[in-house]
Amino acid sequence: MKALSTRMRVWWVVITIAVLVWSLLPVAAIFATSFKLPSQLDVGTFLPKTWSTTNYEQIFTGSAKDLFLPALRNSIGISLIATAVAVVLATFAAYAIARLDFPGKRLILTTALGVSIFPVISLVTPLFNLWRNIGLYDTWLGLIIPYLSLTLPISIWTLAAFFRQIPWELEQAAQVDGATPWQAFRKAVVPLAAPGVFTTALIAFFIAWNDFVYGISLTSTSRARPVPAALAFFTGASQFEEPTGAISAAAVVVTVPVVILVLLFQRQIVSGLTQGAVKG
Amino acid sequence: MAAITLKDIVKRYPDGFLAVKGVSLDIKDGEFVILVGPSGCGKSTLLRMIVGLEDISDGELRIGDVVVNDKAPRDRHLAMVFQNYALYPHLTVFENIAFPLRLQKGQFSDEEIREKVEHAAATLELQDHLQRKPANLSGGQRQRVAMGRAIVREANAFLFDEPLSNLDAKLRGQMRTEIARMQRRLGTTTVYVTHDQTEAMTLGDRVAVLRKGELQQVSSPRGLYEQPVNLFVAGFIGSPPMNFMPGEVTGDALRLPFVDVPLDDRLRSRIGERRIVIVGVRPEHFSDAGLLDDAKRSRGVSFESEVDVTEWLGADLYAYIPFETSAEVAGTLEELDRDLDGEGMRTQLVVALDDASRIRDGDTATLWFDPARMLVFDPESGENLMFDPDEAKAIDEQNEADRRASLERAQAREKAAAGSR
Repeated sequence: MKALSTRMRVWWVVITIAVLVWSLLPVAAIFATSFKLPSQLDVGTFLPKTWSTTNYEQIFTGSAKDLFLPALRNSIGISLIATAVAVVLATFAAYAIARLDFPGKRLILTTALGVSIFPVISLVTPLFNLWRNIGLYDTWLGLIIPYLSLTLPISIWTLAAFFRQIPWELEQAAQVDGATPWQAFRKAVVPLAAPGVFTTALIAFFIAWNDFVYGISLTSTSRARPVPAALAFFTGASQFEEPTGAISAAAVVVTVPVVILVLLFQRQIVSGLTQGAVKG
Repeated sequence: MAAITLKDIVKRYPDGFLAVKGVSLDIKDGEFVILVGPSGCGKSTLLRMIVGLEDISDGELRIGDVVVNDKAPRDRHLAMVFQNYALYPHLTVFENIAFPLRLQKGQFSDEEIREKVEHAAATLELQDHLQRKPANLSGGQRQRVAMGRAIVREANAFLFDEPLSNLDAKLRGQMRTEIARMQRRLGTTTVYVTHDQTEAMTLGDRVAVLRKGELQQVSSPRGLYEQPVNLFVAGFIGSPPMNFMPGEVTGDALRLPFVDVPLDDRLRSRIGERRIVIVGVRPEHFSDAGLLDDAKRSRGVSFESEVDVTEWLGADLYAYIPFETSAEVAGTLEELDRDLDGEGMRTQLVVALDDASRIRDGDTATLWFDPARMLVFDPESGENLMFDPDEAKAIDEQNEADRRASLERAQAREKAAAGSR
């Protein structure tokens, strides 16, 4: 490729900055707001006049503690379980789809795609009634099951694409070397698929972690309510005070794990691990 | 170590396509057998059926005395080298070679594994690379790692699936001799698939030529070269390939495009009532008539022709002489060309001359060949009318005796080397 001309380069810089500002401004605003004193929320400056951790104290030890901490526990627990189940099931499903030829293979893939684009809001009302009748309303399991319907299809699709890239000869070589099909899968395929599984787990975790509609509709108490839903129940210190600061602080707290996860697994998501397996 | 016996092996795909149509082959213990043929002839499918990666639709496969048709690959105790090597990219070279040993849980201690791997690595000169990952190795080194993985198994037989086709020409020659040396020393039964007739000729104790899923001929390389059973084998073996020309019987002579060959009794009895035949002469059986002494010259026939293009290769000089083929044999020859992955180019005679020859592009040259070395084929069936079963058998028996002798010599050398260590 030939080097960009100066004009082109200037344009690229301008566009990049515009996109960055556009996408990071809300995050920065929430971050800044979370450090403002409740009394200074409407001062009108972007950065807080005095940096304070009042809001964080409020959600972790103060008045919002009973609302936020159980919600945080629920969110982490439900998302992790939903992710783990989705990834394990999707790994087997995707492996079968990538490797085996069986009737109904296309049907599974198209159904998975169909389920993943189904509007969530249209499922919530029937689920609400069903869950209340069978006793799943306001339980962890009552959220994990619908989350699986969101995370499984996308996991199957991404993992199937990943498995297809792994040369089949590796497994065959392992089998000739004396491995059972299960050993061949575990020793030759899984280590190579690990980056793909990490990526998929990450995506599945975000989907479950970010959900709001199921979280607000299928829960009623802190028994199972996740953080995004709990934020809506925050109140100010008095009825004349807005809970904006506390909500911002809680939002920052739930964003941090996501950012950390992305930074951690960024290195894992490198492709090219399969290089050298077959001819270079 | 074991013999491998194939009996009427058939591969039928679910869509009804017959990839292998009843192949029977006896591979003796310690023998090096090549499966060769153009693309799509079923050679790789056959190999994968032997190793157990493809189901056998019909027929019987024995390794040693055991029928293994329904056994899983791991229970057949074979080692295979894949075309693309199939090394485990997440493991080091050491662990790649140790992989088959580690799978046999509890059978080998870590110390034994280390010893075996290091011995295999020493055989293949991989000692300096044991801690590297396959991604950092060159093509030839990867190839050797794949062979190392086969060696440590101490398997019943080695199977190679076009192992050299990803290497460049120079390395291919080196690895070819390396494989031959390894096989001689270990004396392990080996089945080797290739589409390259040079590899087939140089490596094999016996070569099985396949065409469209059918076995054409199994013989020693020399047997295939001198006594091919049909047009296909004759055209496939040899480089540059054999020249095929129409031959018309006219009275006492066989009329070729360039020259009339006198019909002796042997030729006449073999040709029988046929009016048109296909005549095959190998490029290296032609000579520049100017370089021959009179005694030799009188034994063959000479003819003049216009040389179109010449190629000088150092030891050889190839001359190309275009000619018009006759309509009666054009169909058969075109089909043959397609079967051999050819392009259906112009019909021309390729002549390999001595490098002393002064024939150059555009010259009118006097060429000579000995009709005794000429092969004659039936234009319909492609059958070699000059095929001599006794002669073919004699060649193969001689070859078998040579093989045993060289195997024994190699084993004795190995023992002596092991004893002096």
